Amino acid sequence: MVKMTESTYRIQGGTGEWEVVIGLEVHAQITSESKLFSGASTEFGAEPNTQVSLVDAAMPGMLPVLNGECVRQAVRTGLAINAQINKYSRFDRKNYFYADLPQGYQISQLYHPIVGEGVIQISLDEKDPDAHGKAIGVERIHIEQDAGKLMHDQHPTMSYVDLNRCGVALMEIVSKPDMTSPKEAAAYVRKLRSILRYVGSCDGNMEQGSMRADVNVSVRKPGGELGTRTETKNVNSMRFIQAVIEYEAQRQVDLIEDGGVVVQETRLFDPDRNETRSMRSKEDAHDYRYFPDPDLLPLELEDDFIFDCKASLPELPDEKRARYKNVLGLSPYNAAVLTAEHETALWFEQLLETTDQPEKIASSAANWVTSELFGALNRLGVGIEDSPVSPAQAAELLGLVADGTISGKIAKQVFEIMLESGDGAKKIVEEQGLVQESDTGAIEKVIAEVMAANEDKVAQYRDGKDKLFGFFVGQTMKAMQGKANPQVVNELLKKILG
Amino acid sequence: MTAIYQLGIAGIRSGIADGDFTAKEVAETFIARVRAAKPLNAFLVETPEHALAAAEATDKAKAAGEDLGKMAGVPIGMKDLFCTQGVETTAASGILKGFVPQYESTVSANLFKAGAGMLGKLNLDQFAMGSSNETSAFGNVISPWRRNDGGNADLTPGGSSGGSATVVSGRIAPAATGTDTGGSIRQPAAFTGITGFKPTYGRCSRWGTIAFASSLDQAGPMAHDVRDCAIMLESMAGFDAKDSTSLDLPVPDWEAALNSNLAGKKIGIPKEYRVENMPADIDALWQKGIEMLKDAGATIVDVSLPHTKYALPAYYIIAPAEASSNLSRYDGVRYGLRDLPDGAGLQDMYAATREAGFGDEVKRRIMIGTYVLSAGYYDAYYTQAQKVRTLIAQDFDKAWNSCDLLLTPTAPSAAFGLGEKSDDPLAMYLNDVFTVPSSLAGLPAMSVPAGLDGKGLPLGLQIIGKALDEQSVFNAGLAIEERAGFVAKPEQWW
Repeated sequence: MVKMTESTYRIQGGTGEWEVVIGLEVHAQITSESKLFSGASTEFGAEPNTQVSLVDAAMPGMLPVLNGECVRQAVRTGLAINAQINKYSRFDRKNYFYADLPQGYQISQLYHPIVGEGVIQISLDEKDPDAHGKAIGVERIHIEQDAGKLMHDQHPTMSYVDLNRCGVALMEIVSKPDMTSPKEAAAYVRKLRSILRYVGSCDGNMEQGSMRADVNVSVRKPGGELGTRTETKNVNSMRFIQAVIEYEAQRQVDLIEDGGVVVQETRLFDPDRNETRSMRSKEDAHDYRYFPDPDLLPLELEDDFIFDCKASLPELPDEKRARYKNVLGLSPYNAAVLTAEHETALWFEQLLETTDQPEKIASSAANWVTSELFGALNRLGVGIEDSPVSPAQAAELLGLVADGTISGKIAKQVFEIMLESGDGAKKIVEEQGLVQESDTGAIEKVIAEVMAANEDKVAQYRDGKDKLFGFFVGQTMKAMQGKANPQVVNELLKKILG
Repeated sequence: MTAIYQLGIAGIRSGIADGDFTAKEVAETFIARVRAAKPLNAFLVETPEHALAAAEATDKAKAAGEDLGKMAGVPIGMKDLFCTQGVETTAASGILKGFVPQYESTVSANLFKAGAGMLGKLNLDQFAMGSSNETSAFGNVISPWRRNDGGNADLTPGGSSGGSATVVSGRIAPAATGTDTGGSIRQPAAFTGITGFKPTYGRCSRWGTIAFASSLDQAGPMAHDVRDCAIMLESMAGFDAKDSTSLDLPVPDWEAALNSNLAGKKIGIPKEYRVENMPADIDALWQKGIEMLKDAGATIVDVSLPHTKYALPAYYIIAPAEASSNLSRYDGVRYGLRDLPDGAGLQDMYAATREAGFGDEVKRRIMIGTYVLSAGYYDAYYTQAQKVRTLIAQDFDKAWNSCDLLLTPTAPSAAFGLGEKSDDPLAMYLNDVFTVPSSLAGLPAMSVPAGLDGKGLPLGLQIIGKALDEQSVFNAGLAIEERAGFVAKPEQWW
């Protein structure tokens, strides 16, 4: 049984409560044209074995040459999480035999990673991130090669190998065991993904395998000694990461309470049965015989290079959220939602840039984006980068509301037409005669008609039945097909009804 | 006029330039020599068409009045560790039988660009692991040399560049490529009375050369004399962006700067190289070498390289460690031998393929390398060996405070008979005792023939220089060459 409160996640066992300790090793594919040590393309979805260089296939005498762009992206990522950048790092060989690993070793960085300790701020409540934040430590980031892919369904007795992915650059981002609930783990991955996408060092696409996690889980009595951990490999969705933690924590508690011991081992997640299974125990663990790769020189970074990496970083989600809140005056929720994805923030900022008074319309624009636009995009099933309405078009629409040309209600109608036709808001408003009526004379005339038709209600209102005010507003608006300026209607009604 | 087959690189160059003969005649001469040399088992693949095509290109270029490359018209032997496009390349291992590279190694490509042709691929110790050319999967290479005791014992040409040493000393090719990891150019050169040069680590690209121990492997020339080595190394060396350990430096014109006047040079004699049980012949030769260098104007100083005795153990940890990893790619999955027993899974295929494809010495080194990198042993062996390597490099650095070059014997003995040491790996490893320290330090070193032992077999002297100072090594080598008057050649018995 799982008891969940706002800040603590506990497994309720027969012997009392248990705490869960979680660490994540996230493998993020570095966005680069070519592979980490070869010139082969990294494009996803190509025909098998069409993006394989002589180096990737480990032909005799072939040598790796480091791709500088991958180094740059790893350093930028490290800087984005305020991590220490190691000016000296080195590549090591991790030796093991497998058919998807032509060299017989993976080039990685065990002893001297390129990025040291950093920190990622997560939030457990979107509505007010600052009130429910937590800092998760990052132990290190190192760069390494991905392996190829075995295909077991191509031949009755043989397995085929696709080396397209072999040698593609990965960052392994290793967290400290600072997370204590599935929710925290998910928030960490979400935030990490957001940062990577802001930085542009990884596209964060979990379905295509651009991001996957090894999930380390152990349990202990609250505040007690750390328990033995298990590592569940290659978990490739936010949902599965949470499922692994829930399953593993419960399994370990049950095991310990039944008198067993957790063994340090590597496990695999089976999404169909929603469980983890032992892959290999510590005793059968590979001895990877790490040693420095003699084909590569140590990697030494100059201050100028690091400075340029730093200068190339965009405004990152935490800074941006703070600015939206403090400078633009957005609600904590809107600031959080608009900055979670870089594309959303960029879209929002383009919208503001095309108006004269960004600060003035920021709040209403934020509301509009998070409600109207998100709703429409959801219905259409597209991301904001494919929005049929451009930021400039949205600015035009919001401008018409701000200057009183149309009401908020009409604006919704106009937006629907914009989505379908692609036309601009002004054009639609003019062509369809949707301009708001603010002329007091015209409105007073309609009010007089409404009052004449409802003399009884006028009397009741004047006798103190205040609730009827809304009725008169509604009738007036209806008579004017919604085009009356509601503010003017309100003011006039108050004056005339007394 | 000297017969064409007695000529080296410089001789062929001037003969072609003077119109004494054509490049085609040179190629045909050596192709015939190759055909007649089968008993020596030096060639794994013969490529007469390649040598002829290069020769024709040279003759055409000459007729057109074009500038000729440094190696124009010289048909060379290519150690079969260099991948050659369209020509089977096996590193003398069964595991690569039938492997035909789609690419040309940088070193062979550089030589061809300079006008060289290729007579064929030369036998070697399997994956360059050996000191006697007895570990080849395709049989021993036999030295052209025989003892003068009337016996007909087949002798080793040394290793691992045994094929290269045999063809150059037997005048079957005017020059050949070698590779040197712990002495694989210098020891065979010494055993066969030729000149072999290992440049500073990084001078020659390793791209396309089948790896044995990456941090030690260096290509170099094996030729008649110092001048030929200088010409050939100029053509082999150069920066290559495809090798991250390649030196991004211009290639000096070593030949033009050859100068055997050693006035002002200090030659160090390292006392630690005076090993126990060293044959008197070798000690005497060393003394002779000292006198020759003095005669050339050099000053002799005694130096100490205190960590020398740890070099061989460190080498036999580091080289196998790297080899065990470098040779993991020969797994039967993509190329070369695949042994797939009935019902075999992946692990069975690996085991069967590597069992069948690798020779005993290769397996021995893979096992040693795997062991020294294993958890629990890594620090005691590999880390320790790396520390020793640093200390050895520091020994040399300190020595350079008092001298410019070092003079030592190349090998602790003359060539031995095939089979005499093949059952005793440790005795075999001792062959490298004088060559390994400079390999660990990445320094340029060469072997020049300087005399014969009591049985009429060649002995070599080694000159070791500072990193990047190949020129001084060449110059000292030339000084010895001029004074040693080494003209002995094996009698043709094959």
